[in-house]
Amino acid sequence: MEALKRSFGEIRKYPSAVIGVIMILVLIGLAIYTVATIPYSEAIRLWRGGEDIWYSTPRNAFPVWTNWFTDVKQPETIVMFSEDNPDVTKEYTTTSSGKTDIKMSYTFDYTADDFPQELSLFFKTEYVAKEPFASITWETPDGRTIRVGDLAVSRKQTYRISQDEALVRRLGGEKPEVGLFADPESPDPENPQVLKGTYKINVSVLLFEDTGDASAEYVVFGEVFGWAGTDHRRRDLMLPLMWGAPIALLFGLLASAGISVLTMIISAIGGWYGGVVDGIIQRITEVNLTLPFLSILIMIGTFYSRSIWTILGATIVLSIFGAAIKTYRAIFLQIRESTYIEAARAYGASDMRIIFRYLIPRIIPLLIPGLVLGVPAFVFLEASLAVLGLGDPVLPTWGKIINDAWVNAALYNGYYYWILEPAVLLMITGLAFAMLGYSLDRIFNPRLRGL
Amino acid sequence: MAEILEKKLKDQDFSDTGALLQVKRLHVWFELRRFGFGHAGYVRAVDDVSFELKAGQAIAVVGESGCGKTSLMKTILGLNTPIKGDIIFDGMKLSELDRKGMMEYRSKIGFVQQDPYGALPPFMSIRSILDEPLIINGVKDPKERNERIRQVMEEVRLSPVDDFIEKFPHMLSGGQQQRVVIARAMILEPKLIVADEPVSMLDASVRVEILKLLENLQKSHNLAVIYITHDLSTVRYFSERIFVMYAGKVAEKAVVDEILNNPLHPYTEALLTATSEPDAANARIYKEVPPGEPPSLVNPPTGCNYHPRCPKIIEGLCDLEDPPEFEPVPNHLTLCWLHKDA
Amino acid sequence: MAENNSSLLDVHDLKLHFRASAGIVQAVDGVNFQLNRNEAVVVLGESGCGKTSLAKALLRLLPRNVAEYSGEVYLGGEELMGLTDEEYRKQIRWVRMSMVPQAAMNALNPVLRVGDQVAEPMMIHAGIKKEEALAQARDMFSRVGVSADFLHRYAFELSGGMRQRVAIAMSLVTLPDLVVLDEPTSALDVLTQANIFNLLKRIKKEFEVSFILITHDIATSSELADRVAVMYAGQIVEVGDAESFFSAPLHPYAQKLMASVPRLRGDQELEFIIGKPPSLIDLPTGCRFAARCPRRFEKCDQDPPVFDMGNRRIVKCWLYEGN
Ligand SMILES: Nc1ncnc2c1ncn2[C@@H]1O[C@H](COP(=O)(O)OP(=O)(O)OP(=O)(O)O)[C@@H](O)[C@H]1O
Ligand SMILES: Nc1ncnc2c1ncn2[C@@H]1O[C@H](COP(=O)(O)OP(=O)(O)OP(=O)(O)O)[C@@H](O)[C@H]1O
Ligand code: SF4
Ligand SMILES: [Mg+2]
Ligand SMILES: [Mg+2]
Repeated sequence: MEALKRSFGEIRKYPSAVIGVIMILVLIGLAIYTVATIPYSEAIRLWRGGEDIWYSTPRNAFPVWTNWFTDVKQPETIVMFSEDNPDVTKEYTTTSSGKTDIKMSYTFDYTADDFPQELSLFFKTEYVAKEPFASITWETPDGRTIRVGDLAVSRKQTYRISQDEALVRRLGGEKPEVGLFADPESPDPENPQVLKGTYKINVSVLLFEDTGDASAEYVVFGEVFGWAGTDHRRRDLMLPLMWGAPIALLFGLLASAGISVLTMIISAIGGWYGGVVDGIIQRITEVNLTLPFLSILIMIGTFYSRSIWTILGATIVLSIFGAAIKTYRAIFLQIRESTYIEAARAYGASDMRIIFRYLIPRIIPLLIPGLVLGVPAFVFLEASLAVLGLGDPVLPTWGKIINDAWVNAALYNGYYYWILEPAVLLMITGLAFAMLGYSLDRIFNPRLRGL
Repeated sequence: MAEILEKKLKDQDFSDTGALLQVKRLHVWFELRRFGFGHAGYVRAVDDVSFELKAGQAIAVVGESGCGKTSLMKTILGLNTPIKGDIIFDGMKLSELDRKGMMEYRSKIGFVQQDPYGALPPFMSIRSILDEPLIINGVKDPKERNERIRQVMEEVRLSPVDDFIEKFPHMLSGGQQQRVVIARAMILEPKLIVADEPVSMLDASVRVEILKLLENLQKSHNLAVIYITHDLSTVRYFSERIFVMYAGKVAEKAVVDEILNNPLHPYTEALLTATSEPDAANARIYKEVPPGEPPSLVNPPTGCNYHPRCPKIIEGLCDLEDPPEFEPVPNHLTLCWLHKDA
Repeated sequence: MAENNSSLLDVHDLKLHFRASAGIVQAVDGVNFQLNRNEAVVVLGESGCGKTSLAKALLRLLPRNVAEYSGEVYLGGEELMGLTDEEYRKQIRWVRMSMVPQAAMNALNPVLRVGDQVAEPMMIHAGIKKEEALAQARDMFSRVGVSADFLHRYAFELSGGMRQRVAIAMSLVTLPDLVVLDEPTSALDVLTQANIFNLLKRIKKEFEVSFILITHDIATSSELADRVAVMYAGQIVEVGDAESFFSAPLHPYAQKLMASVPRLRGDQELEFIIGKPPSLIDLPTGCRFAARCPRRFEKCDQDPPVFDMGNRRIVKCWLYEGN
């Protein structure tokens, strides 16, 4: 153990190992942070949720950082809820006839170079019998006031300003998200420009009963959203990107560690007992090596279950009798003849003790780099299965993002971020473990040094 | 008449009264298999070897590489199963031992190997190395184990103990490593130590250190020792009797001075002639060395197994018939037809 | 016939240092000795004192991590250190000086027939055609006592003694002036050892070749030695003719070493040297043996020079100052 500690201490001498460790620590940090801040059930609810959850996010919005690389600044998404927002004023006035008028006024800056995707108001009201009535007006920075629309609002009502035909007519055929933001002095009226400045949208809700209340969420759906962008179902990609980390790491580590350890134990047992036991292990391995691993996984995924646990289990079971058995066995057969093992037999060590205390520790230096290097392979495997549509149906994973992107022709539509982001994370993971793994290989197997 | 009587008494001495180890007509043959199965003959590594060893007695087994020294010793340790013959050690019959009996049997024999570095697990500290036999043999109390470890390390002069106890084998010199191996062999307080070429990998000076250490331990603990070596020149520092082994058989048995001064078997003679002493005169003479190499152990020659190389061969006898054990001088036994009339 | 007393090899202040992670390993650190034609010198020393490194330095078979390689080496009057690697390879190595490496018998090429391996140096260095080289190899086999049938065998089909003979044959085929033998018999049995030494003695006479025999086995070294050089911690501390050395070594280390040699007969008590040699990375400034020396005195804190005791005998020890 001391020797292991010393070897790990040597990591510091290998810059690539240090970088690898740092990257892995960052990934692990991200994974822990994710699990702590977005609990599993919440993550699943969000990931599987539809328009009811993701109503306030734009569809297929690019991440905000894409604005850094273009001259035309795309609008970000603006979400303003009438409660607890300093930029929203809310006033109640009670009229003599016992009605209540709630005036909500949303002030916001619009500085993007392009028009937003959509505009919507999401009302929530409380009343007994008669639906309240809302009227909405729009104030532009240059002082114009535009009547947007009037409507009766039910308890939960969505008003899609962008789809209001009456408003379109009022704006002279211009789409509301354009017409409301357009500069009337645009040089080319066919191709209007954004009037930048502070806008205000006034929502007044008239309650016809003496009890009740109303609130409204105002959303300007931008063309960019968050640091990750959104997908075709308006879901913030940050969620699967973050949650992909713990899943990928867990899958990779469990698969790699499980396979390495089990393979090692099996080959140690075969190497030690030899004879029939070894023969059986070798035959199983040979048969197993001829089985098409991926095809079997695909079959399991297609016909049985796509649960990540099933896939993990199948991966481990199909891989423990892998080529490594042959390598380890060759080494064990050699170690088995060591005189220190002969000595151990002479002072009465049992077979199990010899296997676990004398054989296996010798191979751990070989095992550890292999284990580390195995992690990205299994991370990629999980992602590949997801890309093939065999990812866990419930979990938000990196592979799943790529799969969605693929199915929705992301590249054809120019949504490169959709594939780029999970791909980069996958590459970072692979690189981190590879850098550490190859360095460990050199540390533990000094013969490779200087190569 | 008196002589015969004396000899009979001697025999009884050996067989009944307190011989620690009795090796009886031991045959250790390894089966050769063709393609992993199918019998293809035997390697007769040990072929009809008998001897006895009293408590506190040291003997040396001398012979060339491949003559079966290690096979003999491993059988005594219970690591090889003989095909014929038996071993009785401290009242325990090897062939009749169950698992538990075997543990006890093994715990009473210490084992010192040739290559000290290979004999120590490289990933264990000296403490764990010495702890292992104690744990395996049921010493539960860590304090007691620690005490025993320190005691035995003092005995082999790995002191100050604290300088060594946490070290790993690769941090020690060859001599120190061999001391650890000896400490491990001693830690269960065995009655017999089997030392298989314990000094052949060490430098001249270190060799002396280790031989002296073994000698001291043997005396102070009244240990029986089987010292296996290919180097005749070291035996007299350490053992009372010498067994000369050739191709699986003990060609000659006698006390050390008898062997050195009055070798009876031609092979022993050849060994003695071939062994050099540091003397400048050596460079001016050619040595008389028997031609050829030791015979195959799979198809040993008929008759005396040394006859193809023997300069004194009696044609028609040596090449046809197995020589029995002759005792031309009391307590000096040899497998050689030259002494048939003794 | 070459003159018997002419000097063949002269080594002055030869150094070979290696770079290692813990520092510079001064494996050969200022070695001086001289060897005549048809003479055999034994280099005696404990494991790790730099014997093999000395052989490598002489044959310029250097590993990649050399930190320093310097000194003067004269072979038959010609300075060797000034030669380029190419010249050295073409004119010296295996042409005038060859080697039987440590554990050579286990280092034979397992996939080449041993006959081809023996023929190879001739084909490379003398530019001889294969058939002729093989014929010479056959001749050489008979001289080293290997049956000609073995030419077509592979190394694993031969016993250790036979393989060692093949390795010796390989070093002799080009008829060099000097052969360096690195532990040629240490893995062999007594009888085989005696056989090989008989062979080496005969070859020395027949080929008028000089030998540098590197070994840690003092007793068998006397089988070939005309002269003895004792190496300790990278330096040669004593050189003398075999007669005087084996009867009365001068250097305290050599004396102790001789006292540790077990003898077949007689009952002189064996002695050993307390402690272990210094690390070649961190050497003491004074005499390198001082820490273990029973006769150490104040002077020994300084590095002793080499004292010439006359009769080609030198010793590196303050005890012999002024003799
Ligand atoms: N497990 C085994 N299976 C088959 N043959 C064996 C086995 N162990 C030893 N032998 C053979 O038995 C013979 C005697 O071997 P052993 O190791 O006893 O010799 P040794 O005298 O100890 O030699 P050395 O001096 O080289 O250690 C050898 O020919 C060896 O190859
Ligand atoms: N290429 C190398 N790089 C670093 N250190 C080396 C190298 N070759 C040898 N050494 C070290 O130099 C020292 C002398 O080694 P060398 O092989 O010359 O000893 P030796 O006297 O031949 O020993 P032995 O009797 O064990 O063969 C040793 O400490 C060895 O570890
Ligand atoms: S029995 Fe015959 S062949 Fe054997 S050693 Fe004696 S004399 Fe030689
Ligand atoms: Mg052996
Ligand atoms: Mg060497």
